[in-house]
Amino acid sequence: MVEAVAGPAGPRPVRALSRRNIILYGTLIVIAIYYILPLYVMVVTSLKGMPEIRLGNIFSPPVEVTFQPWVKAWAQACTGLNCDGLSRGFWNSVVITVPSVVLSIVIASVNGYALANWRFRGANIFFTILIFGAFIPYQVMIYPLVIILREIGLYGKLPGLVLVHTIFGMPILTLLFRNYFTSIPEELFKAARVDGAGFWGIYFKIMLPMSLPIFVVAMILQITGIWNDFLFGVIYTKPEAYPMTVQLNNIVKSVQGVQEYNVNMAATILTGLVPLIVYFVSGKLFVRGIAAGAVKG
Amino acid sequence: MSNGRPNQIFRNLNAKVAAIPMIATASVVFVGGTVWTVYYSFTSSKLLPKAKFVGLDQYERLWSTNRWLVSIENLFIYGVFSLIFSLVIGFLLAALLDQKIRFENTFRTIFLYPFALSFIVTGLVWQWILNPDFGVQQVVRDLGWTSFTFDPLYNAEIVIYGVLIAGLWQGTGLIMCLMLAGLRGIDEDIWKAARVDGIPMWKTYLFIIIPMMRPVFITTLVIIASGIVRVYDLIVAQTSGGPGIASEVPAKYVYDAMFLKQNLGQGFAGSTMMLLSVLIVLIPWAYLEFGGKKHG
Repeated sequence: MVEAVAGPAGPRPVRALSRRNIILYGTLIVIAIYYILPLYVMVVTSLKGMPEIRLGNIFSPPVEVTFQPWVKAWAQACTGLNCDGLSRGFWNSVVITVPSVVLSIVIASVNGYALANWRFRGANIFFTILIFGAFIPYQVMIYPLVIILREIGLYGKLPGLVLVHTIFGMPILTLLFRNYFTSIPEELFKAARVDGAGFWGIYFKIMLPMSLPIFVVAMILQITGIWNDFLFGVIYTKPEAYPMTVQLNNIVKSVQGVQEYNVNMAATILTGLVPLIVYFVSGKLFVRGIAAGAVKG
Repeated sequence: MSNGRPNQIFRNLNAKVAAIPMIATASVVFVGGTVWTVYYSFTSSKLLPKAKFVGLDQYERLWSTNRWLVSIENLFIYGVFSLIFSLVIGFLLAALLDQKIRFENTFRTIFLYPFALSFIVTGLVWQWILNPDFGVQQVVRDLGWTSFTFDPLYNAEIVIYGVLIAGLWQGTGLIMCLMLAGLRGIDEDIWKAARVDGIPMWKTYLFIIIPMMRPVFITTLVIIASGIVRVYDLIVAQTSGGPGIASEVPAKYVYDAMFLKQNLGQGFAGSTMMLLSVLIVLIPWAYLEFGGKKHG
């Protein structure tokens, strides 16, 4: 992996090895190694057997590559009484993430569209509250939400957690969609109005097809965000429905028996794999997603 | 807009229906939930919320609890260092990437990928790397420096810095991206003018570029600050608050009080204090951003 960034390889003929470039690329490469190291250590550790881990050092590549830790992490690692590995948490996370992503994006996109093109009185007040709400510590709102969910019979159930993710994803997604829809030329909207298209007609026939990139950005944001969630998973679901992050933590923290660091690291990579794949596949869109989420338009 | 006709509510009805989830979230969960929690922080709620008022008792108890004081101290140390280092490292990385370098995308991808990982994954990896028997400490000792000691996760004095290392690894990529966007937003002519005037590069950055990027810095600051107050998963994964209570943070105090110790009142009081600390950052920011000129 380090080879991919091997310095100023293809030099511009004249002054590629100037002092400035050596310092510049040298610094960048050293920092890059620091950032890559944990991922490298994770992978290397997960491919070693326990005896080798006890003898060697964490940075050395495995002498004998074994995939046993991965198999064990996926299918046999124990949390409490369950010994069916991380696969349970993986599927729980899938079952949590898919509907949460879909529901939150549907609601936020329609809402952002209403805020951008169909302003009504009072809309901005609620929108401002919503954006400020994004900065309120979750801890202030988690217990009232427990009560609300209990009242409507969803506490500890999957739909409850989906609702929670939809609620807390709403500020950033609504902002994202509102800003995007605002940037679409108003003439288009007006022309459609003249042609007699209504609220939903314009949304489905004009806005939706024009804004696929922003939907992808929203999906990236939500998939990584919800997959990586720990707090809501631990509060609003029951142990058998815990998402992967919670189960991972429980597996690593379980005190029974000898610590198997290779299994722990294999489990850690497995949990990080989904957001990592999303990240590496989406590339620039990911950057755009977080920038859109972070810097207000 | 309005002409006072009775069907006022039904104008633009679809948009209002579409906004119902937002209205409900903003008013019921965000405002309602916050008010509810603050209100019940003045009660003696234990296992269940009860409206039996005890004034500031919960807060008195909170501020005389050692664990809370340690939590606040940790949050403060973590917060200050995290802010400074995030901004400095984030800006330096962005400035390095902004030198028209080759492989910019590769470097950016490398600096940013930890941000895609959860705090749980981050915490567990760094717990392993900082493990004194196998990790960095042992590796250096094996190289011959046998008295080398670096075990932040097992030393109550410095454990929070061990967490900081992990937190910075995970979060600086984001700051770099924000800063890079800010740098790219600066007019190329400024650079040309500075070069014509013979101003050295570091001076241009320090006295021209950074002041120009003030809005980016402020926004970034708010983002980092509101993230810091929430720090929870990272601690749970990396140290579980230990050794002892040395790396406890307020978010964990609140969670434990509410869901493990059946001491809701303490949880509410703690979360209200967290809210207060966010407001201290948020209100001046909102005033700077939205005060005076109309925005958004």
